[in-house]
Amino acid sequence: MTSPLIELAGIRKSYGTGTEVEVEVLHGIDLVLRAGEFAALIGPSGSGKSTLLNLIGLLEPPTAGSYRLAGQETSALADDAITALRGHTIGFVFQFHHLLPAFTATENVLLPRLIAAGPVTAQQREGARDLLRDVGLGDRLDYLPRKLSGGQQQRVAIARSLALGSPLVLADEPTGNLDTHSADSIFALMRRFNRERGTAFLIVTHDPRLAQRCDRIIELVDGRIASDRMHEASLATTT
Amino acid sequence: MPFEWVVALRFLREGRFQTALIVSGVAAGVAVFIFITALVNGLQANTIRRTLGTQAHIVVRPVEEIAQAQRAVPPGTASIPKIEARAQRLRSIDQWQLLEQDLVRTPGVVDVSPMATGPGFAVRGDASKAVAIIGVDPVRYNRIVAIGEKLVGGEFRVQPGEAVLGRELASDLGIGVGDRVRLITTENEVVTGDTLTVTGIVDLGVRDLNRRTVYVGLRTAQSLLSLPGGVSQLDLTVTDLFDAERIAAALAATTGLTVDSWMKTNAQLLAAINAQTITTRMIRLFVVVIVVLGIASVLVVSVVQKRREIGILRAMGAPRARIRRVFLLQGAMVALTGSIIGCALAATMIVVFLKLARNADGTPLFELAISPELFVIATVGAIVCGVLAAVAPAQRAAALDPAQAIRM
Repeated sequence: MTSPLIELAGIRKSYGTGTEVEVEVLHGIDLVLRAGEFAALIGPSGSGKSTLLNLIGLLEPPTAGSYRLAGQETSALADDAITALRGHTIGFVFQFHHLLPAFTATENVLLPRLIAAGPVTAQQREGARDLLRDVGLGDRLDYLPRKLSGGQQQRVAIARSLALGSPLVLADEPTGNLDTHSADSIFALMRRFNRERGTAFLIVTHDPRLAQRCDRIIELVDGRIASDRMHEASLATTT
Repeated sequence: MPFEWVVALRFLREGRFQTALIVSGVAAGVAVFIFITALVNGLQANTIRRTLGTQAHIVVRPVEEIAQAQRAVPPGTASIPKIEARAQRLRSIDQWQLLEQDLVRTPGVVDVSPMATGPGFAVRGDASKAVAIIGVDPVRYNRIVAIGEKLVGGEFRVQPGEAVLGRELASDLGIGVGDRVRLITTENEVVTGDTLTVTGIVDLGVRDLNRRTVYVGLRTAQSLLSLPGGVSQLDLTVTDLFDAERIAAALAATTGLTVDSWMKTNAQLLAAINAQTITTRMIRLFVVVIVVLGIASVLVVSVVQKRREIGILRAMGAPRARIRRVFLLQGAMVALTGSIIGCALAATMIVVFLKLARNADGTPLFELAISPELFVIATVGAIVCGVLAAVAPAQRAAALDPAQAIRM
């Protein structure tokens, strides 16, 4: 059994705390995700999927509960320490790509490295280009995002999320904006990186077809985990 | 290039139109700042130069003699004395050589020149003109007033038996260089006279002065004015023109003599110059405020436009401080680019002004210096203002919550 990457215990999240309109979105989540897992987070709209993803991504703090990321308790960390931990541990893929429009595909992939370690070397630049070739964009290396299709932009986003070799990628509806064909190929790409590199993926999706192809399906209903099951096929392969 | 530089440059390049607008704004501000400063400095320097062309910065004279009531008033009685002011006779400064040495050593004082001056008449044939006889040591006097530059004929030579006349006086008397003129004084009701050869003619820039000025040697003046070995005033120049009044007041306190600075004797001119300085400062202040507001408003808009990108950068591990620096750098970059263009613009404006603003005879109206310090000050000032203008937008950008920023 691999070590836990994410350990959530009794996580609660409320908005409007201390006001009359206080709303609790997550009501005590316990969840463990191990290194190298490939999990889907599903649930109806408003069930708290995106909020949970933001909490796991350290983009916002929980109201209560304990969150250990890569063995480190995060609740006591200062803002800069959280930012650094996030930068090194987590890659993000968002629904609407969220590439920086002023930077080329290669530069977008290099950004996490530029933030983490300062000016990039020629070797690192070549590494980023290799990663882009790996996601099938060898002929689009120096294109600006607006010159790329939705699927191509999402490939750049995946390459960017893997640029620092983070052990975990959080993907929020990565295929939500794509046609079926593009969605399948993006999903296949993530699956391949999961197998080849051992990167853990937690994918929020509405698409039951894609969820079925994950090893584990976590279902969130009304801010609680309604079911958390390993997929039979994957159980068969992993055992 | 470090992260902050890369992102700041890209953000500026991306908002091309906005960037161009604000850079133009900064350029215009810097150009106006430099040009108006050079213009007013030139104008003031010119006015002061012309005014002080014939004046010392500070003049030291004996104190005026005051008449006092002599009779003691018996106790228990009142008296209403009527005292007539004394006529001021021409007197020498007591022990002026010692005083002169003290003055030369006073901090801020550059040169001291003794002068014996008093009234007299210049006579030639039937014509007789009331004049001011000014006895000087030519070399030292030239350090106080650049008299050599004012010569229109002959040379400034005032050996015993020689005199230099104002231009109008020379023409009134029908005298040229090499002619002789008789000077007469009536000090202490004794008529003294001397006949002198005119060695030079000067134009002091003021017609009335030209009509009554006669320069002679110090000794000649001393004997004509019955001031043997004495001088009636000491002329001083100082390092900082505008420090003259302070030095004069200090000297008056220590010497007990009458000490007047040019600032006191030209109070109106000084008031005009001060008003001009204040006006210029106000204009410059407004220019700075407008430039700062311009930069700030463009950056605030940029922060709003780039919220999502800022959110992504934060999600990818950029701490708040680095996001803040990205925007501070943008302020500095905009200001630097704007001020380089502004400096070039100001230099062009000054050159064009010098070409167009000319006297009727084609000489420049006045000197406008293209001083490097002014350009450096304007550029450094612009960068400081640019960074300051960026503080509020940078703060807003740094405070953005990444989760919220990405969701928008």
